[in-house]
Amino acid sequence: MRVSLFITCYNDTLFPSTGKSVVRVLERLGHTVDFPPGQTCCGQMHWNTGYQAEALPLLQRFVDQFRGAEVVVIPSSSCVAMMRDHYPKMAAEIDDAQLTADVEALLPKVFEFSEFLTKRLGLEDVGACYPHRVTYHASCHGLRSLSLGDGPLRLLKAVRGIDLVELDRVEQCCGFGGTFAIKNAAVSSAMLEEKISAVLDSRADTCTACDNSCLMHIQGALHRQRTGVKTLHLAEILAADEEAQP
Amino acid sequence: MSAGPLDPKTAPAFPMAAKAAMEDSQLRRNVRHATDVIQAKRARVIDEMSDWQALRETGKQIRQHTMRHLDFYLEQFEANCTRAGGVVHWARDAAEARRIVVSLVKASGSDEVIKIKSMTTEEIQLNPALEAAGIHPYETDLAELIIQLGQDQPSHIVVPALHKNRQQIREIFQRTMHLPELGDQPQDLADAARMFLREKFLRVKTGVSGANFLIAETGGVCVVESEGNGRMCLTLPETLITIAGIDKVLPRYQDLEVMLQLLPRSATGERMNPYNSIWTGVDPADGPRVFHIVLMDNARTEILADEEARQTLHCIRCGACQNACPVYRQTGGHAYGSVYAGPIGAILTPQLQEMHHAQSLPYASSLCGACYEVCPVKINIPEVLIHLRNKVVLQNTSGIAGLLDVEAAAMKTMAAIFRSERRFRAAQRLGRIAETPLVRKDEQGLGWISWLPGMLGGWSQTRDLKEMPKETFRDWWEKRSGHDN
Repeated sequence: MRVSLFITCYNDTLFPSTGKSVVRVLERLGHTVDFPPGQTCCGQMHWNTGYQAEALPLLQRFVDQFRGAEVVVIPSSSCVAMMRDHYPKMAAEIDDAQLTADVEALLPKVFEFSEFLTKRLGLEDVGACYPHRVTYHASCHGLRSLSLGDGPLRLLKAVRGIDLVELDRVEQCCGFGGTFAIKNAAVSSAMLEEKISAVLDSRADTCTACDNSCLMHIQGALHRQRTGVKTLHLAEILAADEEAQP
Repeated sequence: MSAGPLDPKTAPAFPMAAKAAMEDSQLRRNVRHATDVIQAKRARVIDEMSDWQALRETGKQIRQHTMRHLDFYLEQFEANCTRAGGVVHWARDAAEARRIVVSLVKASGSDEVIKIKSMTTEEIQLNPALEAAGIHPYETDLAELIIQLGQDQPSHIVVPALHKNRQQIREIFQRTMHLPELGDQPQDLADAARMFLREKFLRVKTGVSGANFLIAETGGVCVVESEGNGRMCLTLPETLITIAGIDKVLPRYQDLEVMLQLLPRSATGERMNPYNSIWTGVDPADGPRVFHIVLMDNARTEILADEEARQTLHCIRCGACQNACPVYRQTGGHAYGSVYAGPIGAILTPQLQEMHHAQSLPYASSLCGACYEVCPVKINIPEVLIHLRNKVVLQNTSGIAGLLDVEAAAMKTMAAIFRSERRFRAAQRLGRIAETPLVRKDEQGLGWISWLPGMLGGWSQTRDLKEMPKETFRDWWEKRSGHDN
């Protein structure tokens, strides 16, 4: 299959290793990866913060870049949620029949990375090996907007050598919420503290998720408190094998 | 404890109020404990319903239909209630509603009223208005009594004294009821309240209530509760005055079949409320001789006119969103500066203020969606929050002041960057240069940022940020593909 990768703006800039891992996994499974170079951002930050007018052109841009794609894979549950939850409404707001039709045609081809593996390809074992104690944080958008369910956990369970442990209150938000983490820093930090306690209680050495924005947040406190626990996007665990460990 | 009535017009912005609230560790323990208990109960009684999602959808449809034809159903309610002997009054806003109630109480010849728990009377700050007119209101709901005697304010729609624990309640009762020997067991506290209230029920001739539902088809009014104190207020007084927002109407009696399943399970984790009171006008043989109902708008028609925010009015005040909210869990209700706290408060309060106050509330959410997931009538609270954020941004960025808004300038710059691949690449390079002075090596020799300037400083109070990698994904991709842009 020809997979078009939408890396997302922050993965591109801050977490290129996640993108490399997605490419590694998809190619290992025999797929061809394509990267439309004009891609930038899905518009989530602007839309969710109230800057609707600024978000609308980014919808048009995404559609232009990915119009002919066979499938679009995105290693970020919140960006996929942004598209599914809001793009149809945004297109209607722009009141452009062509754009509305394009969005309608494109959205069914858009998959979050773990969702692509489990739901589109029907896979659980992708040939990974990661001999560590790992706990999985179910990011809110993956959990509630995308209904990822136990898909990511089934992928993790099939990883060789892994010691997968449950995270207490797994459905609870880590407190990131984009600009919420800055605008309401104190509340966000208190929410994060509960998440950090749960991670530490799990005695995992790695906390994973399908969204680097949550992981950047969790990692921020794990590092500040010098806990020694690291965060790793699910794709990076699935890319790991006997030859290469992250 | 909150001193004066919760008033969005004067309340501090949410981030400040939240920070202050979170310094009270007892309050946070109480809120966490109480919301955990209610959530667990709710989950149990919802898991046993195989058709819960269908029921939610039906609830949503009923509310949507009602709001679409609200004018029709309100007039139908008025006609049927009047026919049954009730007197219907219309109030444009809080001030008019207060005036009507005060004059009705005076006309009833009483200088005291017994009250059922009612968030609508809290919304319009009825008690201070009654007191100013020389009328003493007695709250009879146990939690509201605790709030009133403790000179406190409600912090939850369903469980107003949720932020208090048993020991704190005992202290309030000991002090205000003069019971130095009072114990702190639930039985002790309930007995004390019963003794205190029973005398009021028997003496006071005028009752004031809110309403859970108004039934257009019959002109009936429905109140649900757990204690039976509401039933006393509804049946013992000679005059009953009910205040309800115009959003409380339901088309048919049969709609209660859906609502009375959704509400108790969502609110208190009960299959059914212990007391379900429904009355229609007056009956010469039983109950109050005189029944007034004040139907209040107070900005609700403004909300109705906003197509995207209209679903706010679907709310049946179960409080499930508050219990599920990770933000409310940390701060409790008072930080929202309104009797409507939590996620529903974050969308309802600014709209009741017609967006003139409480503009920080739509941002008091991480948009995690837990509220939407539990809402019994499927109000998409995150969607409404985003819609209201847009309204706030449009307010802040209009006119000259808008040009000076730092956040808006940053957002508009970012948007311009994202509209061009070339600018995006330049910004990625520039970001690496700009962050360099802030990066420090940690014990493992990795670069981290532990201090950020300006409004980004909120992040670095408790969180580090890893330095940007030397190579972006797209740079790597191009190198790998063996061609450059």
